[in-house]
Amino acid sequence: MIDFLNAHGSELVTKTWEQLYISAIALLLGIVVAVPLGIILTRFPKTAKVVISIASMLQTVPSLALLALMIPIFGIGKLPAVVALFIYSLLPILRNTYIGMEDVDPVLKDSAKGMGMTNLQSITQVEVPMAMPVIMAGIRLSAVYVIAWATLASYIGAGGLGDLIFSGLNLFQPDLIIGGTIPVTLLALLVDYLLGKLEKRLTPINQRS
Amino acid sequence: MTEDNPILVYKDVAKIYKGGNVAVEHINLTIHKGDFVCLIGTSGSGKTTTMRMINRMLEPTSGEILFNGEDIHTSDPVTLRRHIGYVIQNIGLMPHMTIYENITLVPKLLKWPDDKRREKAEELIKLVELPKEFLDRYPSELSGGQQQRVGVIRALAANQDLILMDEPFGALDPITRESLQELVKNLQEKLGKTVVFVTHDMDEALKLATKIVVMDGGHIIQDASPEEILRHPANQFVEELIGAERLIQARADVTTVDQIMLKNPVSITPGRSLGEAIRLMRKRRVDTLLVTDDEGYLKGFIDVESLDNNYSRATSVSDILNTKIFYVASDTLLRDTVDRILKRGLKYVPVVDKAGKLLGIVTRAALVDMVYDTIWGDNGDGGDDDNDDTSQPATDDVTGVAAGHNLATDTPTDHKEA
Ligand SMILES: Nc1ncnc2c1ncn2[C@@H]1O[C@H](COP(=O)(O)OP(=O)(O)OP(=O)(O)O)[C@@H](O)[C@H]1O
Ligand SMILES: [Mg+2]
Repeated sequence: MIDFLNAHGSELVTKTWEQLYISAIALLLGIVVAVPLGIILTRFPKTAKVVISIASMLQTVPSLALLALMIPIFGIGKLPAVVALFIYSLLPILRNTYIGMEDVDPVLKDSAKGMGMTNLQSITQVEVPMAMPVIMAGIRLSAVYVIAWATLASYIGAGGLGDLIFSGLNLFQPDLIIGGTIPVTLLALLVDYLLGKLEKRLTPINQRS
Repeated sequence: MTEDNPILVYKDVAKIYKGGNVAVEHINLTIHKGDFVCLIGTSGSGKTTTMRMINRMLEPTSGEILFNGEDIHTSDPVTLRRHIGYVIQNIGLMPHMTIYENITLVPKLLKWPDDKRREKAEELIKLVELPKEFLDRYPSELSGGQQQRVGVIRALAANQDLILMDEPFGALDPITRESLQELVKNLQEKLGKTVVFVTHDMDEALKLATKIVVMDGGHIIQDASPEEILRHPANQFVEELIGAERLIQARADVTTVDQIMLKNPVSITPGRSLGEAIRLMRKRRVDTLLVTDDEGYLKGFIDVESLDNNYSRATSVSDILNTKIFYVASDTLLRDTVDRILKRGLKYVPVVDKAGKLLGIVTRAALVDMVYDTIWGDNGDGGDDDNDDTSQPATDDVTGVAAGHNLATDTPTDHKEA
């Protein structure tokens, strides 16, 4: 263990950082796109069905295949990896945002409208706060996926902890494999935990369980 | 009650949903400042639809609605809604906002400064007798009735002149409900608000309204004051909605006894013999005879019991005359008489004119007729259905004390000397 850290310690830190960095950018992009899209879709239920099934289809493309597909478009490196992970992050966030918004008690929407809230005020002051737990659940799910799959991104030269794992596989060095896998798991758990904390803060008091 | 300009006018308004489903039609209605209007009708009659067109939660298919003289169609719906208080069917307090935030929601939308909002919230919460500390609570920490109170003051918070309430007290127990009704009525009177209130409870409407609008099948059937509705229901539907019990009461409120008394009561003069008296009783099938002098002034009564007890000793009607008799003047309200007859168990009450001359008699049978008319309609010719009332066999043409009570079980308690 000590030996391993002595040999690969600095590499481990850099790779973990890379992993986190790729994942975070992909996830942030996913949130920025999927949350508003999900909200807008609640205003267009027919389009919503189509969009959500397209997103579901994208989700079924095998991850390696998706990564490979990025190469002709974006070449190799971090960019194609981020784009691929971003695409993966979309569905859980989109679906949960849509469902969460749809599930807000119609009485409250009616009440908000009846008191003279504009559409935007109703969304930001009533519907999103009420849907927050469901939306956050989608984001946490995406975060864990993205961090795990970011490992594969090393295949297309994006770096990250995948580098350790794959070289371990190539060189038959189990300690490299384990040394790369454990941080991925820890990272995923840590991010999930932190997002959970964030969720608590964002969730209206009365909704907290 | 008002100035010349009504606050709200419906002009031949209709709402037809997709697929030709007519929700309401030919709605013509004028509401004045300070009115408390109750929309009442069965489920699906179009009450909510009629109400929600006011704040443009629904758009009329045709016709127009004027709010303070202006066609609401020309106003911005968001601005309009901020100036009309609205309490929806299920309260609709925001669960993620404190009571304070809920109450001051519209003032905040209207960008009132903080201190003014705080002041308003404290004033309002006091108005509905809730402690100030409640302002920091969440709706889920309040009972249903307390939430309703908040729902009501939330609709007042921006000094709206017109408040819409859609069955606000539907889900409450009768006691809470009553206290809230009182609260709303008091607030409305004290603050001079105009209220449009949807209910399907006639008691509630009668208690609150200055104007009741009865709806059925998307049409306004009647639009009048509660008194007017009670006195002159437009049709059978309105009568059913009011309910027979209330109609009887309402009728008793305005009917005088001479309108329902039986004329030509069986009477006898004091000079007649007991033999004549018993023969008269037998012939007319009554157990009591009213006694009048030759000019027709009421003197008292004799009944079969005293006649039987004293037959051997007495000879004339005057010997057994009972002068303790309760009677009413012909212009007495029926209400008071009904109370006596029904509650005190009187079998009959003689009716006299101002001078004390016997004019007629109100019997239980006559009350049965009135109840019958009320329930089955004024045109009920009586005829064949009369025997439905088994306790009063063939009393129809008995001009005297009800034949159904052949045993004098109790004497009037509230005697007056005749
Ligand atoms: N969105 C809609 N689409 C089609 N028809 C509707 C719609 N909303 C209401 N209706 C119909 O319009 C009619 C009037 O409905 P409304 O809600 O005004 O009744 P209501 O008198 O308020 O009844 P309740 O006492 O049950 O609340 C009903 O026949 C109803 O089915
Ligand atoms: Mg309704």
